[in-house]
Amino acid sequence: MNKYLERLYNGIIRENPTLILMLGMCPTLAVSTRAFNGIGMGLSTTAVLILSNLVISLLRKHIPDQVRLPSYIVIVASMVTVTELLIEAYLPALYEALGIYIPLIVVNCIILGRAEAYASKNPPVLSIMDGLGMGIGFTIALTLAGLVREVIGNGTAFGMQILPAGVEPIGIFVQPPGAFLVIALFIAIMNAMNIRTRQKRLVEMDGCSGGCAVCAEPCEDKKGEKDA
Amino acid sequence: MTNLIMIIVGSALIHNVVLNQFLGICSFLGVSKQIKASLSLGGAVIFVITIASAVANLLYTYLLAPYGMDYMKTIVFILVIAALVQIVEMFLKKTSPAIYTALGIYLPLITTNCAVLGVALTNVQDGYNFIESVLAGFGTGIGYTIAIVLLASIRTRIREEAIPEALRGAPIVLIAAALMSIAFMGFADISF
Repeated sequence: MNKYLERLYNGIIRENPTLILMLGMCPTLAVSTRAFNGIGMGLSTTAVLILSNLVISLLRKHIPDQVRLPSYIVIVASMVTVTELLIEAYLPALYEALGIYIPLIVVNCIILGRAEAYASKNPPVLSIMDGLGMGIGFTIALTLAGLVREVIGNGTAFGMQILPAGVEPIGIFVQPPGAFLVIALFIAIMNAMNIRTRQKRLVEMDGCSGGCAVCAEPCEDKKGEKDA
Repeated sequence: MTNLIMIIVGSALIHNVVLNQFLGICSFLGVSKQIKASLSLGGAVIFVITIASAVANLLYTYLLAPYGMDYMKTIVFILVIAALVQIVEMFLKKTSPAIYTALGIYLPLITTNCAVLGVALTNVQDGYNFIESVLAGFGTGIGYTIAIVLLASIRTRIREEAIPEALRGAPIVLIAAALMSIAFMGFADISF
């Protein structure tokens, strides 16, 4: 496969940030109350990912190793601020709906994780494709979660009535507990598919996904332990 | 006075940072394997969020707001938080090695814990003054600690149970969190 397309495939399917790597759970849980919000959040994050990957990749030979994480954070925060101002100016409805979760894209581990794991070691165009792939993967997962929650919890999909009038939506699904339930269900389905093919381990939470700061670090040791 | 108590109760229980606002989910799910580690992380989070809220409020009131640099707040806050965590770490290492060994490895994790940045930004949004910001930060830290210690306690019990294979690992933990979240919705009607 073409190495640029391979990056897209990697981000969307093989290393889907939300469903496989379990990164960026905070926004996934928080804004997936509506499918539209999911798309909005996903695309905003994609924009930041592409921009920050590009800038970090261009600067990768100039940033000293010791101060690379603070430098990445400044770059990411600047890109987030640009994106936030653009959304506020052109999509005020989305700005209202996402609220504080737009500036919080700064601490989304997907972005710092990709900066450290990919953009800091690879040329600009590949890094852009990597950001695009990861962003699309994130957007798909967010939109799916938002769609499921919106249909069950509100009876609508993208704002259109889906459930027939007689069926009462289950309100708890658009409330905070519904977020945990739906994501739990998604991962359980992934697990069930993996069990059937017997190829992969169950999605497990360990130090590797334990905190955003460690996302960027290699988790080889931990994985070895678990296999043993 | 009631107002101030309400801020603490509100940020600890009613708008619980993890179960209602979904901030700090990473560490909430990742570190909640053992009760002891959860308590240490909770302590570190209370400590850092309280200080970060105070510093962020001062910076915003006396530097960003007067010069109309409101839009810089995300960049400034995240840098201040990152620096603050480093300083707190060095300070603890020198002055109280006991606390340092207890909190040690959890302090760096907090830099990218979205709860810290989240509280700083929410305080600005809600127009809190200095005392209100500090109390909101403190309450949020308490809420985080309550949630993570409760989840850790549940997880030690879950480990003994026969769970369907597909639900093992992350899904059952998320379902436990969902049930906790439903329980915390009961606090929504508290008022003084």
